[in-house]
Parts: sequence; C-alpha cells; structure tokens
Amino acid sequence: MRSVVYLAWRYLAYHRSKTAVLALSIALILYVPAGLRVLVEQSRRELTARAAATPLLIGAKGSPLELVLKALYAGGETPPPMRYGEVARVAASGLALPIPLYIRFHTQGDPIVGTTLDYLAFRGLRLAAGRRMARLGECVAGAGVARRRGLKPGDSVGSSAETLFDVAGAYPLKMHVVGILAPTGTPDDQVIFADVKTTWVIEGLAHGHQDLSRPEAAPGVLRREGAHVTAGAALVEYNEVTPQNIGSFHFHGDVSSYPITAILAVPRDEKAATLLMGRYQASGEMHQIVRPLAVIEKLLGTVLTVQNFVVATLAVVAAATLATAALVFLLSLRLRRREMETLLRIGASRRRIAALMASEIAGVVGLAAVLAGLLTWVTATSGAGLIRRLILH
Amino acid sequence: MIRIRDLEFAYPEGDFRLRIAELSVGAGSRTAFVGPSGSGKTTLLNLISGVALPQRGRVWIGATEMTALSEAARRDFRLHHIGMVFQEFELIEYLTVLDNVLLPYRLSSRLVLTPQVSRKAARLAARVALGGKLGRYVGCLSHGERQRVGLCRALLTEPELVLADEPTAGLDAASKALVLEVLLDDVRRRGATLVTVTHEAELLSRFDQVIDLRDYQAAVARQEVAP
Repeated sequence: MRSVVYLAWRYLAYHRSKTAVLALSIALILYVPAGLRVLVEQSRRELTARAAATPLLIGAKGSPLELVLKALYAGGETPPPMRYGEVARVAASGLALPIPLYIRFHTQGDPIVGTTLDYLAFRGLRLAAGRRMARLGECVAGAGVARRRGLKPGDSVGSSAETLFDVAGAYPLKMHVVGILAPTGTPDDQVIFADVKTTWVIEGLAHGHQDLSRPEAAPGVLRREGAHVTAGAALVEYNEVTPQNIGSFHFHGDVSSYPITAILAVPRDEKAATLLMGRYQASGEMHQIVRPLAVIEKLLGTVLTVQNFVVATLAVVAAATLATAALVFLLSLRLRRREMETLLRIGASRRRIAALMASEIAGVVGLAAVLAGLLTWVTATSGAGLIRRLILH
Repeated sequence: MIRIRDLEFAYPEGDFRLRIAELSVGAGSRTAFVGPSGSGKTTLLNLISGVALPQRGRVWIGATEMTALSEAARRDFRLHHIGMVFQEFELIEYLTVLDNVLLPYRLSSRLVLTPQVSRKAARLAARVALGGKLGRYVGCLSHGERQRVGLCRALLTEPELVLADEPTAGLDAASKALVLEVLLDDVRRRGATLVTVTHEAELLSRFDQVIDLRDYQAAVARQEVAP
C-alpha cells in the first residue's frame, strides 16, 4: 500500500499545477458552506450577545436596524439625530436610567462615542490604565484602539474632519487620552469614549475662543454694540481644551435641542420597561423605542434565509465542480491509457492500478479537505473582526 | 525454457496470422527472433509473456503453461519471472530514473523494496552510465538513456526470462554496444534465458540461436499443403 501511495504522490507532485487547481476547486466547494456557517454562527453570537445585554434603545423614528447597529456596534449608517432633551424626559419618567449616545465623529477611522460615565458603569468597562474622562476634551480609549495605535494615558488624538472641503465646519478637536480600557472582546474595544459635551465641541455647537474683552483679541473684533460683540475670522478659536482655556468654552443655544444618536434606557424592571415602551407607542410620537434583541433576531432571520439560498446555490455549484473534477479525472485516465497498459504489461494487477487511481483521488480530496479546514479555521479565528468590518462598517 | 505447440494467433482486424507448429528455446540460451516487419516477432513475444493469448495452441515457460493461466495469474507471472524490455521504453514520465527502475518492486505485493534493492538499482544504473541521473525525470533523458532505464527495470528483479523487443533499435553505436553488453552479460552471469527481437544482422553472432519466423510460418504452410 505504501508503494501505491508513493506512486500516487509522485504523480500528484509531478502534475502539481493540475493538482493544485483541482484541490483548490474542491477546497472552495467544501470551504464556502462551512465558512459561511461559521461566519453566520459567529455573527449570531456576536450580534446577539451585545443585543441581549442592552435592554432598550430610544432613537429618532427611522430604521430600527440602523439605530441598533449604530448604538450597539458604532457601525452602519448614521440614523437621524434626536434631541438631547429626550434624556430629561426619560429621566423624569423615573422608569429608566437614560444614557445618551452620540456616535457621529471619528478619529483616524475609529468611532468617537459621546456618552456619560453611566455608560462605562452599565457595560462594566474597567480601566487598564489611567482614569475616566472627567473634563471637556478628555477621552478614554478602548483596548483594541489603544493596542492598534499604541495609545497610552497622556497621549492625544484628533477628531477627523467630516468632509475635506467643509471650510465652514468645525475644526478638528485635539482630545487628551486620560485612560485605557481593559479588553472586553466587544465593540467597546474598538472605539474612543468621550463625554457627550466633547462631541458637541467637535461638532462646533460648543467652542472656546479668545476673551473678546482682552486687548489681544482686538484684531478679531469687528463691531461692539453695547453688550453685543461681533467677531471676525481673525479671532483665535481653540482646537484643544486646556486648563488655561477651558473657561472660555461655552455652549450656544438650548442644550436640550442638541443632537444625540440614541438613548440607552436601562429600566428599573420589566414592568418599567413595558411602561416606557408604551409611552413611545403614541401616534405623533417622533421617537421610536426598540428592544435590540428583537431587532437583531429579525436581522438574523433574514441572514439565515439568505444563507439557505446561498447554500442551495452552492450545492448546485458544488455538483457542477465535482462533475468537472470527475471529468478531469476521466480525461486524465484516457490520456494515461498507455501508462496503464505499460503497468499491466509489466505485470501490475488491475486492483493495484485501481488503488493507484483511488490514492490519487484521495490525495487531491485530502489536500482539498486540509485547505478547506485551514480556511475554515482562519475564518473561525478572525471571523469576529471580519464581521465587524464587513457588516457593521 | 520456452515451448510452443500448434500456436495460432490472429488479430481481430486485418489478415495477419501467426502460426507456429513447434518452437523451443533452451533454458539459459540467448535467442534472437528475426524476420521482416510484420512477420510477427513482437506478437510472438507478447504471446510468450502472456500479454496476448493465442486462439489455438499452448505456450510453456518452464513448467508453467502460460496459456492455461488466468489473465491475473499471467500478469503475476510476468511481474515475478519475466523481465521485459520494450521497443518504445514504456517508462513512466512522472517518475525519476531510480523510481522507474524500482517500479516492479512498487507494483508487486511480494517483492520487498529495501534499501539494499535501491542500492542494487543504483549500481545497475551506474553500469549503464546513468549513475549521475538517478534523480532526473525520464522526460529529460535522451533516446539511448531511456532505453537503458528500461533495461535496468527489466533486469532488477533478476528474472529467469528476459524478453527484449528490439532493445538496440534507434540507438547510436556506443549506446547499442553498452545495452547489448549489459543485457548479455547479465543473463550469462545469472544463467537466465534471453529472447530478443532484432532487425540488426550484425548482432546475430552474439546469440546462441537465431530463429527466423519466416521459416516457421513456411513450415506450417507446407504441412497444410502436404495432405
């Protein structure tokens, strides 16, 4: 038997290109359904675990899925904003603890999540180094972001301009990293946390600039009419919050009208959750309230249906590929007829020649299985990251 | 060693017919089959080795009646008792020189491939000036070198009978001399029987017995006319 396997191996090694193409074709046929299954299962685990740990989400009316993907995973399309004043409405109801989330800006591609310290406490996020954000302009980096970018307390990160040509937009804000979170294996590892007010500074709703009453600000003052001062572009606006200039930062307009993405509502109990949901069912209500788990399960239902269609299609493709592989083997047998005749003339038994052919087929299928297994393993190990990149971003 | 009685063979298509009333080849002898193209020399080698079966008649090799054996038994007998040198070499392209020489050992369930056998194969290859090309694929070899690989493969198992179908055809003078020398020396040394098909008259003096198939066909024809 060893001799037969050796001869089969020599044949496959000699025709290595043909062997590689055949093995790769069969490997892909084996891998795609297996990889897809692994990926879907990981998606299900990844999405469900996070959703199950989030009781209720309130957002502006629109796509519940967009709201959930943004609020839970900081990914996907940005849903329409809601007013910050809604936080006070939920708090006043006494039914749930409202945690605001403003997820719109990025720093070098990493999402900036504007929230409150309640969020860190609710998710059980622990610090690996430094302290939590306490002042305007401070931020805390998730473990993944910190590892990838080599961040540590004392470093700074700049918010990215939303569009390159938005000359009227807010200046990028240089934020101070004051803490690094311990890894959690959740999307929280891949974001930068800041106070929601800091994100409003990034947006330009709050800003700090030179004191107009000071002589050094005079070149920036266009007009003074009593208490009303009109300033020009020469006025120095701060793009970093420092102990020296923090006093100059101020908010314009009604803070309750400021935008946020969602409110993570943590109800007292199930009854409070039901009552709160009831309050958002009224006609004319401008907001929606969703149970993230229900939204994700609906999404997974769609994903599973699509997966079934894909698997069914793959079955047809697999049959075609295997038929082609069989054809290649048969044609190869025709081409090797003289070789077979030689072996028979020397005295090889038909059984041995059949074993040789079977070993060659087994070699190709075995190689394909190893390749498919390897690819499936890679998918399983890097699937979570892949899901975040492919689905959420 | 070889006995043939009342042999008659015809291919399913065409009018070729080989008829031999009686033919014997002594054990340990060196015999050459001669005759013009189409006289049935290669066919006779195939009938002796059991690759083909006659429609009539009997063929013995030693005490074994080849014509009475099953196809599987004939193949097994060939593998273990006959060394065959083919005119077209019949080498396996995906095997190296050494692996081609060792092929009978890889095809047999009784022959055991040991390091000693591999060393013996290497020595044999060195005798035919292929010692430095053991690891080469046979597709890279010249015509003469390929024939020498085929010769080594036929001799490695030390068969009692060597059947060689025009082993020197198309070879240059040096290769021809080398192949013939090794072939004759090997069978002489071991006391094996050699049957060769050849067209080359200048080689016939090296054989103990020369059988012209035209004579055998004519004898059968005379017998048929006589009554």
